[in-house]
This record gives sequence, C-alpha cells and structure tokens, in this order.
Amino acid sequence: MADGNSVKPLSSYHTVKSAAINPVVQIQGLSKTYIVNEQEAGAKATIRSIIHRKKTQVAAVDDITFSMAPGEIVGFLGPNGAGKTTTLKMLSGLLYPTRGNAVVLGHIPWKREKSFLRQITLVMGQRNQLVWDIAPIHSFELNRVIYRIPLDDYRSILKELTELLELGPLLTKPVRNLSLGERMKCEIAAALLHRPQVVFLDEPTIGLDVTMQRRIRAFIAEYNKRFGATVLMTSHYMADVAALCRRVVVIHHGHLLFDGELAFLLQKFTSHKTIIIQLGECQADLNVYGEVLACEDGRYTLRVPKADTARITERLLADLPVVDLLVEDPPIEEVIDRVFTEWNP
Amino acid sequence: MKALFQLYIQQFKTTFATMFQYRASLIIWMIGQVLEPLVYLIVWSTVSNSNGGNIGSYNTGAFVSYFIILMLVNQVTYTWVMFDYEYRIRQGFLSFALLKPVHPIHADIADNLMSKAITLPILTVIAVILALSFHASLTLTSWRIILFIPGLLLAFGIRFLLEWTLAQAAFWTTRVSAINQIYFFFLLFLSGQIAPLSILPSAIQITAKILPFYWMMGFPTELLLGKVTLASALFGIGVQAVWLTIAVWLVRVVWRLGVRAYAAVGQ
Repeated sequence: MADGNSVKPLSSYHTVKSAAINPVVQIQGLSKTYIVNEQEAGAKATIRSIIHRKKTQVAAVDDITFSMAPGEIVGFLGPNGAGKTTTLKMLSGLLYPTRGNAVVLGHIPWKREKSFLRQITLVMGQRNQLVWDIAPIHSFELNRVIYRIPLDDYRSILKELTELLELGPLLTKPVRNLSLGERMKCEIAAALLHRPQVVFLDEPTIGLDVTMQRRIRAFIAEYNKRFGATVLMTSHYMADVAALCRRVVVIHHGHLLFDGELAFLLQKFTSHKTIIIQLGECQADLNVYGEVLACEDGRYTLRVPKADTARITERLLADLPVVDLLVEDPPIEEVIDRVFTEWNP
Repeated sequence: MKALFQLYIQQFKTTFATMFQYRASLIIWMIGQVLEPLVYLIVWSTVSNSNGGNIGSYNTGAFVSYFIILMLVNQVTYTWVMFDYEYRIRQGFLSFALLKPVHPIHADIADNLMSKAITLPILTVIAVILALSFHASLTLTSWRIILFIPGLLLAFGIRFLLEWTLAQAAFWTTRVSAINQIYFFFLLFLSGQIAPLSILPSAIQITAKILPFYWMMGFPTELLLGKVTLASALFGIGVQAVWLTIAVWLVRVVWRLGVRAYAAVGQ
C-alpha cells in the first residue's frame, strides 16, 4: 500500500449528506442477502446436491445509509458485484430488502404503488424494454397510455427528447435494425416520456463509443437541469461520473465506503502526480527524481509522490535542460481503482 | 376504465404491427394449427368408416364437424404465455413490466385478442373448405349458436387464466418446459383434443369434467355440434363460470406470491 490514505481513515471521509433537507431518496440501513445454492465440481457432488443442497448467504448490500436531495445527480460507484444494481433494484421496487428502510418520493418502493411507479424510472444499460420487432414509436405510444400521459404533454416531451437525443429517423425503424447506441438513445427516451422525478440509471453508457457516451452524458445533464429530476447513476466510465456528478457514493462488497464530493475523494486518493518533461533525448537516468514510466523522443513521464511534486519540479528545472514541463493528476480511473483495491474489509 | 380501454387499443396496434413483421412465421404457425386437428379428423373418420360409419354417438360426418369446430375453438382459446414467461423473466422483460403502473396481464389479453382477430377469419375460411371437402354434417339451431358464444368466451377466459397461472411457475423454477409438457399431456386427453370425450371410457369423461380441461375446449365444441342438450348446455356454462372465478382467484394469488418470490431473489 502506498502512503497515506488507507482503510481506516476512509470512514472518516464520509461527509454527512444523509441529512439532506426534504430528501427525495432516503435509505437507512438497507441490506440485501441472497441465498445461493453452491455447486461443487464432480459427479458425486452433483448427486449429493440432489438430496442436500449446500446453501450460502451472500450479503449483496450491507447496511447502506444515504439520502439524496431534490435535483441532485449522484454517482454510485463500485466494482462489479459491489451491490450497485441490487440497490437500484430495491430503490425502484423490483427487490425486497432483507433489512432496512428506503423511502423514495415518500413511498416505500417495494410496495410498488402506482403513484410511485409513475414518478420513477430505471434504465438498465444491458437490458431493454422496447419491443424488438417494431419501431420505437410503437413502444413510446404504449408507454404514453401506460403512464397516462396527456396527448399534448406527450407530443411536447417527445419533441424535446427527439431533439436532445437526435432520434428523428430512428423512431420509425424496427428496433432490431438499430445500432447499440441508437437503441440506447431510444431506451432512454422511452424511460423518460413520463417525466419521472427520480431517475435510476444503471450503466446507461455501457458498450457505447466515446461520442455516443458524450451525447448521452450531455442529455442526462440537460434532463436534470430542465426537469429538476433527481438522478442516481452507476457507470464504469469515470468520464460519465466526472462530467455529471459532484457527489459520489462508493460501495464495495455491499458496504458503503464513501459518501461525499468526488473532488474530495480524488484529492484524498491521489498519492502521486505525473510530471512530463521534454529533454533533448532519452539518455539521462532520471530515476533519482521519481519513477520513470516512459520516455519517447526525449519526453519523460515521471511518477512522483504528490507531496514532493513542487520540490522535484524545482530540482528538475535546476538540474536539467528542460524544454517543456507539465504536471498532471493521474487519470480518475486509476484513483478510483485505488479506492477499491486499498479497501479490504 | 377509459385509460384501460386506451391501453388495449394501443396494445392492439402494437400486436398488429408485430404480427405483420413476421408474415412467414404467421403462415407456418397457422398451418400447424390446421394440421393437428386434420390428422385426428382423418384418423377418426377412417376408424368410423371401417366401423360401419358409427362410433358411439358419432358418425363420420359428425367426426369431421367435431374436429373442424375444435380447430376453431382451439384457435380462439390457445395461448402462448406458457412458452414465453421463462424468457421474459430471464431477459429482464418482467422487470420492466413490474416497473410500470399497470398489470402485465392486460398486455397479454390484448395481444391474444388482436392476434386472434387477425388469424380467425383466415382459419374460418380454411374450416369452410375442410367442411366441404370432408363432407361435414352439421345442423345448427339458434339457441346453440347463442349459447356457443358465451361458452367459447368463457372457455378462452378459463384457459387463458389457468395457463397464465401455470406460466408463473417460472418465478420459482427454470424447468418450466417439464411443467408445460405435463399440462399439455392432460390437455390433449382430457379436453377433447384427441377424441370427443363421449366416446372415451367413462372414467376419463368424469375426470375431464371434474377438472377444467373439458370446459376449455370440448364443451363449446360439443355444444355447437349438438351433442349437448339445452339443460346440459346451461349447466355447462354455469360450470364454466365457476371455473372462471376460480381461475381469476388463482391468477391473482399466484401472481402475488410469484412477484414476492421474484422480488426476494431477483434476476
């Protein structure tokens, strides 16, 4: 483990957002334990399992507490299997928790009251709701009557969504003929036609190219701004999170690790900086200054402890014929990866 | 109520659009619907002919009429939800359905009604052609036609709701096809699909009439064919109404339990 920020201080980073005024989403001690049949290898074990199945309990979500204020966009981070999707499913009413409470827009989600369902949406990047064989516009029309959207409202929101997401020509093509990105845009539109107040997004940009990711991201920001919707989103693309979420909630192995500002998290977990200097050629040994990550055409990339950045920069400038110098933060992915790997409960 | 009506209209449109996306498979499916009763029709008329023209109360012409009416009754009452449910759960479609403020059964009802409205006229034409080619004998009376309509609709209601109930087995097990096979085995023998119930041993007849199978297919068929007296027809419709009530109750209870199981385990 590198210097500084390790397991213990992490819990003290929690900035208490749970006390949001008039929270739209309020979660208290939420837990979900799955009972899983264990399958052992081998014929004997298979036969044994017919009579006696070995079951284990898996705590997918363990005692999570946080809340969200109206209009907030919160990034929900964690590695695969951290419990993000399970939490989103509990909050949208698809799963009962094993313990704990959640209140979303004044409703208990898993009661699945109609007045609750009309105000929320869940977009799952890997699943789709559009009818596969026909054009998205049919599914949109179906959602219009399901959510009882008045015709005028429907027309205006459809127009808005069509503009924002550039859906125009896609609306009348069969879904099966759309590309992944086009389909995702239509999925998102279908999920937002009823103007939900609370939007749960589970990997909305998964599998999309950079341009499409950027477009979806811009759209989420715009939707949030225009309708004041509260958004809780998971994403493995840190660019999504960095662009949209000031606040992040980090979970790992079902436990809440961090709840606070993304900038704060990054600062705390950035132990190193990268210094890039341009020299004449790659002959010099710069390992005395820091870890040399690469050198190409005299352009060195050095990794140095954050605290020593200023001192090392000064020395480099004094000792060497530096043509150009650049100090950078490590990529956000690297930092988040550190958060996950350095915390082992 | 108005909202539900609009929902049905929209679902009709969706089904309509979907069905015409796959015209070839629609035709293949309809051929299947015709072939099965056609096989029974040929087998039983051959047996009847070699038996001197009669088996029980059925002569050759009556067999022909029976299987042609049965084909139409099967067409109206048939559902595919049992084949579909497991897929819906695995693919996450059910999650999307649960997120919506309307019971997913409405989509299935509308879907069934629309696809039948599309296929029934074609099958009726086929039925007329078959009746003429195989010399069906059928004398219709007005009360039979009048009672046949509620009898047929109730049969659809019972079969649809019971199959929807059974389909929900997918909430608990991934081996739905085994359950489907057992169900279709009973349906084949006890509904009158393989042979008119009245020519089968009385033990089978009694079993079939205690269970819902006969009331889902055999009863409306025999009613129109004239194998049921007016009193039995009225009694039969009463039995159907009771089964429909039971089926409504079952579908609700199992749905509640199923969703609870689904929400406990997730997919």
